[in-house]
Amino acid sequence: MNLEVNVGGLKLKNPVMTASGTFGYGEEYAEFVDLNRLGAVVVKGLSLKPKEGNPPPRVVETASGMLNAIGLQNIGIERFIGEKLPFLRRFDTAVIVNFFGDSVDEYAEAAERLSATEGIHGLEMNISCPNKQAGWCIFGTDPKVTTRVVGAVRKKTALPLIVKLSPNVTDISLMARVAMEAGADAVSLINTITGMAIDIKTRRPRLANITGGLSGPAVKPIAVRMVYEVYRSLKIPIIGMGGIMNAGDAIEFLIAGASAVAVGTANFVNPRATTEIIDGIIDYMEKEGIGDIGSITGTVHAG
Amino acid sequence: MEEPHPGQFYMLEVSKGMDPLLKRAFSLFRRTPEGIQILFRIKGKGTSILRDLKEGAEITVLGPLGNGYPLPSDKESPLVIAGGIGIASVFSLAEKISKKAFVFYGARTEQELFVTGELEKIYKELVVCTDDGSCGVKGTVVDAVNDFVRNRDGIHQPVIYACGPNVMLREIAKTAAANGISAYVSLEEHMACGIGACLGCVVKTKTGYKRVCKEGPVFDAAEIVWKP
Repeated sequence: MNLEVNVGGLKLKNPVMTASGTFGYGEEYAEFVDLNRLGAVVVKGLSLKPKEGNPPPRVVETASGMLNAIGLQNIGIERFIGEKLPFLRRFDTAVIVNFFGDSVDEYAEAAERLSATEGIHGLEMNISCPNKQAGWCIFGTDPKVTTRVVGAVRKKTALPLIVKLSPNVTDISLMARVAMEAGADAVSLINTITGMAIDIKTRRPRLANITGGLSGPAVKPIAVRMVYEVYRSLKIPIIGMGGIMNAGDAIEFLIAGASAVAVGTANFVNPRATTEIIDGIIDYMEKEGIGDIGSITGTVHAG
Repeated sequence: MEEPHPGQFYMLEVSKGMDPLLKRAFSLFRRTPEGIQILFRIKGKGTSILRDLKEGAEITVLGPLGNGYPLPSDKESPLVIAGGIGIASVFSLAEKISKKAFVFYGARTEQELFVTGELEKIYKELVVCTDDGSCGVKGTVVDAVNDFVRNRDGIHQPVIYACGPNVMLREIAKTAAANGISAYVSLEEHMACGIGACLGCVVKTKTGYKRVCKEGPVFDAAEIVWKP
């Protein structure tokens, strides 16, 4: 049985990764999960300088999901390299660094710094976080800006480059095409969907940031549809994510067109979700007589 | 089972389905020979589900989590202060240091005071107060603590442990600072994972945001940047 997948040049021992921002820097989960078993660990999004993040409340639960407005709090690239990466390097799993910047130059500089560091197997560009009202959030919604920022990063890195797409656009296939033409090796989708919740007693938003990103099972049908559309129009390597709670959900994304999947909010609900999903995929392959997990990618499009 | 420390908490699964989705955080109330006890007030969907659990029902529980209260030294006189359901967090501490604990327990009204019978067995001194005077002293627990601190000489090295509404904790922090008393407060914030990954449950401190689930839930009151 072959669980290995190749996503745009990124070789993974199995198709199950962690979604950025839901797995810390890996060590938070090490007492629950054997990190060696994961296809990849995608770390919490990093910027050149540390970021403080948004004031609380930052999270609120909604029907079958949650809104978050963490505000990209992170320790910065240098501290990550010095304090967190050495721990991750002890494991036999791919380390993918999610990163973002406030300008095209910052993106490029971050990519350059990360690419010069041993022990990082791939980069994932966040061009889609919906938590900021202004500035860089347009990177992921304006095709021209996307072209520029992805192109600038591409020049600075030889590592497999994944661009994480925002669902808060009219045509996600267009954004995927733009990212690929600018040099991305793969796309990951979807990031959270901008949402809002209001406390009817105080008549105030439940999040201090007013709006936040919706994740969890509530968004899964939207995410599956978007993976389906991007695969149908482009046939490019896709990492599918959005509300994956169990192996069945993960397999749904693969069939829709994903070559790998990322588990996000499920880690908060059950810290062992990732390895349970890997076990479930193996189980499915045995029952269905599937020899190679890659063979089911995009099979919904057949016939 | 890992032995819990007073002030630590657990994440309880409230549903096997997708709604409610996240686990819910509850303080350790008591460690008993059989296991642990949780004390909660029915507030929303999650706590209603917990109330309706049948005896023998199985749920997944994560914990103990967080740091817990630092225990007082032999020389210190602990003042244990609870507002409403905040008693759930400080009860096991009061129990552990029962011989020397000065306990202050306040609520809006008598109906919102829990486990007072249990408390009577473990205090050195107990002051109960209610906003409406329906039980104990009429007034807030903050008033009671202020009176105590002002009027009692001979209390050696008082140290405060408190859990309750944010406004109460903020006022207790002021009292502590004004009188040069160390104070440890247990804080609450919306939580998703409980293990330090999501960065959802932060509080503002003088050295930046800190996670209630990991660096807390117990903080030195002097470290917190209180909301006005």
